[in-house]
This record gives sequence, C-alpha cells and structure tokens, in this order.
Amino acid sequence: MGNDLLNMIELRDFNLPTTKNEDWKYTNVAPIMKYNYVLGTSLGNEDHLSSVLDEYFFQDFDYYKVVFINGIFAGKLSDLTGLESGIIVDSLSNFQKNNSELLSKHLNKYSAIDNGFNELNNSLSSDGLVVYVPKGKVVDKPIQVLYFNGDKTENVLSVPKNLIIAEENSQVSIIANYHGIKGKEYLTNVVTEVYAGKNSIVDLYKIQLEEENSFHIEKVQAYQESNSLFNHYNFTFGGSITRNDINTCLNDENIESHFYGLYLAHKNQHVDNHTFVDHAMPNCMSNELYKGILDGESRGVFNGKILVRRDAQKTNAYQSNKAVLLSKSAVIDTKPQLEIFADDVKCSHGAAVGQLDEDSEFYIKSRGIPQDIAKSMLIRAFAADVIEKIKIDELREQINHLVFEHLNRVEVKNN
Amino acid sequence: MLVIKNLKANVEGKEILKGINLEIKAGEVHAIMGPNGSGKSTLANVLAGNGGYEVTEGEIYFEGKDLVELAPEDRAREGVFLAFQYPIEIPGISNATFLKTALNEVRKYNGQPEATPKEFMELLREKSGVLGMDPQFISRSVNVGFSGGEKKRNEILQMLMLQPKLALLDETDSGLDIDALKIVSSGVNVFKNKDNAVLLVTHYQRLLNYIVPDFVHVLSKGRIIKSGGKELALELEEKGYDWIKNDELIEENV
Ligand SMILES: Nc1ncnc2c1ncn2[C@@H]1O[C@H](COP(=O)(O)OP(=O)(O)OP(=O)(O)O)[C@@H](O)[C@H]1O
Ligand SMILES: [Mg+2]
Repeated sequence: MGNDLLNMIELRDFNLPTTKNEDWKYTNVAPIMKYNYVLGTSLGNEDHLSSVLDEYFFQDFDYYKVVFINGIFAGKLSDLTGLESGIIVDSLSNFQKNNSELLSKHLNKYSAIDNGFNELNNSLSSDGLVVYVPKGKVVDKPIQVLYFNGDKTENVLSVPKNLIIAEENSQVSIIANYHGIKGKEYLTNVVTEVYAGKNSIVDLYKIQLEEENSFHIEKVQAYQESNSLFNHYNFTFGGSITRNDINTCLNDENIESHFYGLYLAHKNQHVDNHTFVDHAMPNCMSNELYKGILDGESRGVFNGKILVRRDAQKTNAYQSNKAVLLSKSAVIDTKPQLEIFADDVKCSHGAAVGQLDEDSEFYIKSRGIPQDIAKSMLIRAFAADVIEKIKIDELREQINHLVFEHLNRVEVKNN
Repeated sequence: MLVIKNLKANVEGKEILKGINLEIKAGEVHAIMGPNGSGKSTLANVLAGNGGYEVTEGEIYFEGKDLVELAPEDRAREGVFLAFQYPIEIPGISNATFLKTALNEVRKYNGQPEATPKEFMELLREKSGVLGMDPQFISRSVNVGFSGGEKKRNEILQMLMLQPKLALLDETDSGLDIDALKIVSSGVNVFKNKDNAVLLVTHYQRLLNYIVPDFVHVLSKGRIIKSGGKELALELEEKGYDWIKNDELIEENV
C-alpha cells in the first residue's frame, strides 16, 4: 500500500461519539482515535492472494464467492459463476455505473447518519457489496462475502457500504465474513442497508473474526415491507473493540424479524451490540435472542430497544439476552429498552447474567468427564440455541468450532 | 466395597448428615428409605462428590481409597455412579457425544483402550435395547425434552454403559409408570452381579419387589435409625415411619 499522505484520515474531523452520548455510554472509542489511518484502496495485483484467502471461507457447502480487500471489491478473487441472470452481485462502484437508477432508489434511503462513524463511512466510502435480487427470484446458494482487512505496515481504514435489495417474493442468504491480516491496528467501519420487499426472505449472517488489534464498527439498517422475513445472525469473535448496531424498521403488516446474536470475548476485548426494532405497523412479530460468553477481562454491552408505535397493534415482540461470565473480571452491561405506545401488544424481554451452572457441571463430571470438557460442554449448551438457528448445516458446526477455538478451550463436537 | 464411618455433612452451613455408618459389600443391594428431607439425596451426592456438600467429619472408603479426597470425575472413573433424582438437561450436547466422552474417559483412566465408533454403537444398541429405548434418542440433546420417565431410563442407560462398581440410584423409580418400572428394574438386575453393589433410595416398597434388597435402612434427620432385611420395607409400607421414631429404637448399623 502506498504511503499516500492525501489518503491519511483525520478521525478528529468526524465528531465520533463519546461516552457522554447515551448510546455510547459503555463504549469508549478513544483507543480507536490513537492511530492515523490511511483509507483502504485496492492492492492492484491481488492474484497471489487467491489461495491464501481460500482458507478464510467457510467450507463444505456451495456458495457464491465474493472478496473485498480493505473495503474494495476484488473481482478477480470472486466467483459468481452460475448466478442466474437478473440477479446481481457486484461492487457498489460497478453497480453505480450500470444501474444508477436502481441504486439511487435504494442507496442511503434506509439508513440515516446517526453518528460520526456513519458519517465517516458515508463521506469516504467508494465501494461495498451490492446484492440485487429481482422480483420472484431465489438465489440458489448462499453468497459468502469475505471482507479481508488491514495491512502489515499501515493503519488502514476500511469503509465498505453494503446494499442488499430483495424485491417482492425474492429470497437470498448472505454470509458476511470479516477477517484481517496480522499487522498494524486497523479500523473497519461498515454500513449495510437491507431492503426486504413484500414477501421476501433475507438471511444475513455476520461472522466477525477480525484481528485482535483491530476495531470493528457496523450499522445494519433493514427496511421491511409486508410479509417479509428478515433474519440477522450476528457472531462476534474478533476485534479489540466491536460495536454493532442492528436495526430494522417494520413498516407494513405481517412482517417478521429475527435477530440472533452470539458474542465471545476474552482478554481485553470489548463487544457492544445495540439492536433496535421499530414496529411501525400492526400484526408484526419480532424476536431477539442474544447471548454472550465473556472471559478474561472482557466487557460486553447489550442494549436492545423495541419501539412499538401507536399504530402497531397486535405486535408480538420478544427479546432475550443472556450472558455467562467465565472469569471474575469479565463485565456485562445490559439494558432492555421497551417503548410501547400501542395498547394491544405482546412484548416480553428477559435478561440473565451468570456463571456456568454448578449443578450441571457436577452432573457431567459425575460421569467421569473432566472439568475442562465439562465446562466446554456447558459453553456449548449455553450457545446452542443461537447456533442451532443457523440454517446452513455445515456453517453451524464450523461456528461451533470457532467458539472453542476462540475461547482456547477443548472443543466439544457432536457426532 | 464401601465403608462409611460417622459421616457428617453440611449444606450451606447447615448440618444434614449427622453421623452415618454404613458398609456395603460387593454383591449386595441396599435400600435407603426415609421421610422427605431426611438426607437421602444428600448422602448420595456426598458419595458422588457434589461440591455443594461439605464433609465435616467422618470417613468414606471405597475399595480402600479415601473418597473424600477424590474429585467427582475420579470417583466416577473409580466406579461410583449416581443416578440423579433430578437428571440435568444439557442442550446442544447429544446423548451420543455425552456417552462416548464419558465411556472413553472412564476407560482411559482404567488403562483400557477407547471404544471404536463401532464398538460404541454395538454397546449402545445392546444396552438401550434392555431398556426399550427408541434409538432416535441418541442424536437428541441430553435429557432435553425427555419426559420424567425417559430421563430416569436415560440415567440407567448411562449406568449400563459405564458399568460402575457401585450404583447409587436416587429415586430412580419415582415418576415411572408400572411398565417403565419393570423395565428399569430389569435394567438394574441385568447390571447386578457379585462384583458390584447397588444402593437404592426409594419411597416405595413396590420397587423392592423387582430389585430385592439384602438390607433396608431407614434414614431420619441425618441418621440411620433402623436397619433390617427386606421385610423392613414391608413393615414401613404398612406402618409408616412414626413407629420407629416412637420406639426410639435407635439401632445404628454396623
Ligand atoms: N442445595 C441445598 N441448599 C439448601 N438446602 C438443601 C440443599 N440440598 C439439600 N438441602 C436440605 O437438606 C435436607 C435434606 O435434603 P435431601 O435432598 O437430602 O432430602 P431427601 O431425603 O433426599 O428428601 P426427598 O425424599 O424429598 O428426596 C433438606 O432439608 C433440604 O432442604
Ligand atoms: Mg431426595
């Protein structure tokens, strides 16, 4: 990467949130601001990376392959052969050239600029993923997108802006897989907009496996039309500071949204998940299940906001967030935030924080199973209901594997 | 096989076992009966090494080894097995994974080779057959969604798979319908031989028609207040526990 001073980003220009901001109360971004970043650009010749990057993809199932290096589309490393005509999976920059009308209909229409990070993305982003699934089309395989970030010698800022357009009666499943290079500290700051048209089904998996010296911020903003189903699966393993904002707006009737999250943190990792479900219309249902496993000196934050507007009668909204603390020094701050303005609604939320259950541990050990495996079994048991929601079988076991790998514990596999 | 001398144990600082003396020899079946809250499960848990129970006095020797010093997993590997009164559910861990891990840990400890997948499946088929269990259960999570009776059966299956020397069965009969009671009892009878021993905790003499005990003990307020042969259970069924207390016939067992 060239040492181009013109590309040097002054984060101070972007009014990034401080802990005085209620939404960022527990997440101090000062460590992010200690570095001067250069904006991620394409590497030019990236062919040699092809075989290197292969190991970062989840394997053993068919998928369309897309690669972004530091936020810039790497067309040569991507493989979209077999994609049905009419369906578009491309970079934002290409899409802009070829489908500008469609783009302007959707881009920046759903996500407002809520904070300095969104602004940073908005003003600097030149690329990102676009998935366009026209009316009635079903993408036959998941689209697996590898975002590969960072650099050996520079502090890199990547600012992909993603847009997923699922028109009426369409279906798509996307796996966003974030990884990085062992090297200098880097910042990944993503904005993802999802348009789920009438009767559409959108599954969006995010697996964040960034390097330990990186910072990762993403805002997902979905906008759903009637009878649509949006499933968001959010797995956090990496990063030193992670902040996810997962938002959806249920702007018509009979909409369903599911947010599933599993975050693991150890050492000094900090993981902050903010979710916001905006029930604007009647007869919709939303369901959130978030679980955290915190070890070492790590810190977790969960803030789940559910807004049921006055018109949103017969809303069903559920939220559950649980965390297990594996060490004495791990900390979690959770806050449910229910704002209900309709009278005929069913809303429930539950939060629980605790240690691994001692009675269960004794039960396992009483069968001759040693302490370390017993604990691993209980970790798997704790994570099970989130992991089981993954619809792609092969992905499920691989994510389970990552849980143990990340916590540096004996793996428990089912056979 | 098992020698308990003047065993006292606390739960959360409260003394529950107040001096238990009991000896179990290989080939014997002992039954412990007694009112709710008398300490039967406490005794079983103390023997299995539940960390929630604190031994404050006394000794437990199992095959000459001091059990109190052993971690629960090592007690299990030495051959102590507790069928829980309330078996625990473990979501996300299949019965197959659970049983195979347990079996191989016990085998490793005892210097035996691990079971091959084929051996494991054969053993499992044989043992689950004894208990009339639907083979489907093996891929389900441990005890999750199992009925009360199925959980109890699963405990006995684990026992049959692990082949302990001493099986502590804590109210394995409660919650079983009549057919299930017969099946579970036959599982225990299949298990029983001259080299192992069974300690049954039960409230019902009915179980003892199927698994015939050599000794029956009455536990009350943390002490064994009477011991006898199998006819003691019949007497208890008929008269309840009060007559012993009234008699104040405190007969500490050997
Ligand atoms: N974990 C615990 N915390 C507090 N008290 C306990 C605990 N476990 C047992 N106890 C108390 O110890 C006493 C003996 O309980 P235990 O379970 O051993 O009785 P039991 O004889 O098995 O009764 P049951 O026939 O009802 O199963 C009871 O008073 C019970 O409340
Ligand atoms: Mg009991």
